[in-house]
Amino acid sequence: MTPTPDLIIFVLLAALAIASAAMTLASRQAVYSALFLVFNFLVIAVLFLLLHAPFIALIQITVYAGAIMVLFLFVIMLMGLQRLDTESKLKWQAPSAVLLALILVGTLVYAFVREPGAAAALLPPLQSGFGSPAQVGEVLFNQYLVPFEITSVLLLVAMVGAIFLSTFKRKSSE
Amino acid sequence: MNVPTIYVIGLSAILFALGVTGVLVRRNVIVIFMSIELMLNAANLAFIAFAREAGSMAGQVFVFFVIAVAAAEVAVGLALIVAIHRSRGTIDIDEISSLHG
Repeated sequence: MTPTPDLIIFVLLAALAIASAAMTLASRQAVYSALFLVFNFLVIAVLFLLLHAPFIALIQITVYAGAIMVLFLFVIMLMGLQRLDTESKLKWQAPSAVLLALILVGTLVYAFVREPGAAAALLPPLQSGFGSPAQVGEVLFNQYLVPFEITSVLLLVAMVGAIFLSTFKRKSSE
Repeated sequence: MNVPTIYVIGLSAILFALGVTGVLVRRNVIVIFMSIELMLNAANLAFIAFAREAGSMAGQVFVFFVIAVAAAEVAVGLALIVAIHRSRGTIDIDEISSLHG
């Protein structure tokens, strides 16, 4: 298969995503891990954009790279949690974990490659406006209205739970 | 971008396995938590790739739900980490082993 411009862009983005994910795991400081993870989320957002999901790409940037990672950084910096990992007592754990992860990648890729039609080179064209906020909203509020409402209840429960967990200690010590 | 879906799924599989490795190898609870986010993102990437191939909006709406659930999970999880840090003074999972037999 000759490398098309699309393929070159994809390979570059994939390399960036894998490198930043690996650096997230390899960084000794939790703050660096969080910043590499933000970079990884931004690369994935670009991939979403190229896969015709502009609305989800912007949600990814605002909610994931914005809100969630700022929460992570707040906790790391305010609590002073950026200290190094201690030396593990289980010496065999890291190599065996890497080995198991490699087996997992092999199995996953094999499972997808043996699927018939997996090697189909070109994707069908889409109708215009695919993935736009208007289309996402239309599907969300017509077909998936009940899950949407349940999600709002879930967010409320999470909010109450987070407030309860972070004030519980103070109240019990009074 | 018009690349075969299998390539994007391969990238998703690699990112997911990196997240699994992070959960197994690291002992800082915050980094383990970030690895879980990495896995959620890999699943989202697979959803979007399949939505592109099928020309269906359902995959994108599912990613929307996954992101909402991840936000809730992070809020509760970080509150738990803060509570553990306050009561135990550490977030190293080797030292948080009071249920150890």
